[in-house]
Amino acid sequence: MIRRLLFAAAAIAAAPLAPAAAQDVAIVNAKLVIGTGDGPIEGGTVIVRGGRVVAAGQGIAVPAGMETIDAGGKWVTPGIFAGFTRLGIVEVSGVSQTNDAAAGDSPFHAAIDVAPAVNPRTSSLALNRAEGITRAVVAPDTGSSMFAGQGAIIDLGADMDAVTVPRAFQFMEYGEAGSREAGGSRPAAYAFLRNALMEAQDYARNPASFADRGPDAFLTRLDAAALVPVVQGKVPLMVHVERGSDILVILGLREEFPRLKLVLVGATEGWTVAPQIAAAGVPVIAKPLADLPSSFESLASTQSNIGRMQAAGVTVAIGTINNDESHQARWVKQYAGNLVGLSRVSGATGLDWGHAFAAITSGPAEALGMGDRFGSLQPGRHGDVVIWDGDPLEIGSTAVAVYIDGVAQPLETRQQLLRDRYLTPPDGQLPNAYRR
Amino acid sequence: MSGAPTDGGVWGDLILLRMTIAIGAAATLMACTPDGGGTQSAGSTTASSSSAKDVQRYSRDPYPSTYHRYPGAPTLVTNVTIFDGEGGRIENGSILFRDGVIVAVGTDIAAEPGVTVIDGTGKYLTPGIIDVHSHLGDYPSPSVAALSDGNEATSPTTPEVWAEHSVWPQDPGFARALVNGGVTTLQILPGSANLMGGRSVTVKNVYARTVQGMKFPGAPYGLKMACGENPKRVYGSRGRMPSTRMGNIAVDRETWARAVEYDRKWDKYEQEGGDSPPSRDIAMDTLRGVLDGEILVQNHCYRADEMAVVMDMAKEFGYHVTAFHHAVEAYKIADLLKENDTCAAVWADWWGFKMEAYDETDANLAILENQGACALIHSDDENGIQRLNQEVAKARAAGRRAGIDISEEQAWTWAAINPARVLGIADKTGSLKPGKMADIVLWNGNPFSVYTRPERVWIDGALMYDMNDPSRRPVSDFELGQPGGGNFN
Repeated sequence: MIRRLLFAAAAIAAAPLAPAAAQDVAIVNAKLVIGTGDGPIEGGTVIVRGGRVVAAGQGIAVPAGMETIDAGGKWVTPGIFAGFTRLGIVEVSGVSQTNDAAAGDSPFHAAIDVAPAVNPRTSSLALNRAEGITRAVVAPDTGSSMFAGQGAIIDLGADMDAVTVPRAFQFMEYGEAGSREAGGSRPAAYAFLRNALMEAQDYARNPASFADRGPDAFLTRLDAAALVPVVQGKVPLMVHVERGSDILVILGLREEFPRLKLVLVGATEGWTVAPQIAAAGVPVIAKPLADLPSSFESLASTQSNIGRMQAAGVTVAIGTINNDESHQARWVKQYAGNLVGLSRVSGATGLDWGHAFAAITSGPAEALGMGDRFGSLQPGRHGDVVIWDGDPLEIGSTAVAVYIDGVAQPLETRQQLLRDRYLTPPDGQLPNAYRR
Repeated sequence: MSGAPTDGGVWGDLILLRMTIAIGAAATLMACTPDGGGTQSAGSTTASSSSAKDVQRYSRDPYPSTYHRYPGAPTLVTNVTIFDGEGGRIENGSILFRDGVIVAVGTDIAAEPGVTVIDGTGKYLTPGIIDVHSHLGDYPSPSVAALSDGNEATSPTTPEVWAEHSVWPQDPGFARALVNGGVTTLQILPGSANLMGGRSVTVKNVYARTVQGMKFPGAPYGLKMACGENPKRVYGSRGRMPSTRMGNIAVDRETWARAVEYDRKWDKYEQEGGDSPPSRDIAMDTLRGVLDGEILVQNHCYRADEMAVVMDMAKEFGYHVTAFHHAVEAYKIADLLKENDTCAAVWADWWGFKMEAYDETDANLAILENQGACALIHSDDENGIQRLNQEVAKARAAGRRAGIDISEEQAWTWAAINPARVLGIADKTGSLKPGKMADIVLWNGNPFSVYTRPERVWIDGALMYDMNDPSRRPVSDFELGQPGGGNFN
């Protein structure tokens, strides 16, 4: 009894706004960015009603009686949509009990669903929320197979309802990592992949007759079931792939499995096969600044990768695979800014500001086929809005107000509390443990 | 697990979190014959004794630097905003350098005949960035086992290994650090699997055929030490000591006690002579160098309480910790660090990858600076080293959010004179003062902006990178004929 009460009290303290109804809010006098490739316009207004964007632009009237925030000319943008993360499923990466990204000893793979693991009180959620990240792709990591499992779209709101879209995609590794998981070679990985998709087709034809062959099988019933919507094209198959030739192999899967809805992740050599990616109509969530031949599958790495792919007509967004994706989604702002800076480097191809910002807002949403729901301030999108004290891509700019589904969010973080405790030297009156 | 563990690039860290048990024989301690040469590094306190004519001293510098500066035109940059690296700022400034050294810095320097004049209007000029924590060369790209040479993780104390014997001078990372990062000097360290990981090497960021060709002339060696989770995890998981933090310190103390004894024997021999020199121990040579103040301790450590213990251990055995690296909790003990004259080399915002990196604040650097401790930025990462200017900018911004207003020119010391001090080369580089090495970056805008990149980089007055001249851009052997061809921008 006492324990329950304590737990309830802690819950309220940790999430003072929860549960909160979606809000109506109007933000006026904004330096406004819609998030679809546009630069800022002055004197903009955003109207959020029932948690959704109703209107955004210039010359928009505020409905009578709506709570109105005067942005005072500050930047107002859609919240950042982090294109590839493990937010909410890891507290401390090296402390295995707190790390739900991968399950090396599980008999399951494609069936694994991150949604139940997402903990809205993970401290990295608060940190990234305070940095203006409002929504994120959350992918599991591979453990015992090239299939990692089913990822989710989450919001970073300070409430207990983080998962917006469970089972939003299936994530898998190809290339070097996939080969490792599949037994040691690319042909083995390719065979495993084709076999899994064929088994999923079998399962779809007659679930009742699909014999569960237990943990020794390539696919358990649950894994096969999870791959059915993938092979049917109802759920995207997100594939981490780096090497140019590997990208072409993955694109070629659709000859045998024509309904596959592919999304490429990483793709450091994407620029070398950009026309083929564009022709296939497959979107890419790319590593933003990878410029080292960090492996033999990324020998052609260049910071111009994203710019060149975009110039070739590829739908491209920024994601941070293999780059502390469980804690540092905030870095995507800096990365996008660097791609703008790259435009000023002789011989390089970067992005203009509008497209760089779109690559971390509408871009990931578009890549997942959810651009009509998230990532911009177009009408009908989730009311994720951030007011900034400066250019959001510039270092040092800070989110001064964050709304998720129209709800104003707390911006306090554990990191700030630590900072304030030690901001001045000990005064000798009481230990630092009494400062709070 | 997916991909390479660039996650944090904390080579000593995330690689170790995932590494398989190393296979291989324990390092063999070779007893070497003294070379009788008496080549000594500067600053040796045990060097000379008139009564010991026949004393056989071992070489302190058996792999000497063969680096030489490349030719450079006398150059005057005018109308440029200068951060001098020591906290000074000059608007509409000028700088003249010639024959590898800085001649004058000010506002009103006349162009002499034969001097190349560059108009720096709208641009910024700083000393070259110095990174005190890199694994370029010993954990190079591509990150394959065959090139993974940073951790001799076969014994918890390996002061006998030297990073320079691992460094692959063709690492493509050096070019990125130069072109994107404006890095002109870096310290390459062994990893942090071991309590005593071995000697570091400080290099100029200039490609050479040999590591000797990169070595910074006259730079002292460092000893990489590590406390905390890594050594106890690596060795504890093998059922051997250390498996706890107290085990870490116990093994350290036992090793230092032996080193003190070794130092005493050799001091006595070098001062008084004798029938034959004491037996040689390559591991103890390194620790003796530390006790004699010739080799600087570069100590990987995260937690505040552990740093305090390590500083007491240094006093116990008579050495000094030059800098703690990573030092995520340094902000908790700014006063202690200041009191011990020990610097903290930190990231701007890394955290959460392991337990000892949990109590992070982006204001770490600003709090240290504000409380008078020596603080600086570092990368420990082949990607982060390309954007240390931005890391400085982040740390400064975090300070401002906390009400600590540090000027841009003061914050630049975190990438300039402070790292030079940590490497023992502050008399040679790290700031724009007449007589110092002309290690200089001209930025195409304010380097505190995310939109700014190096436009030209000079090392010892030689133009080693020019954004607008493809012939002034290095490509490592590894990248020739490869799909990327070294065109990484």
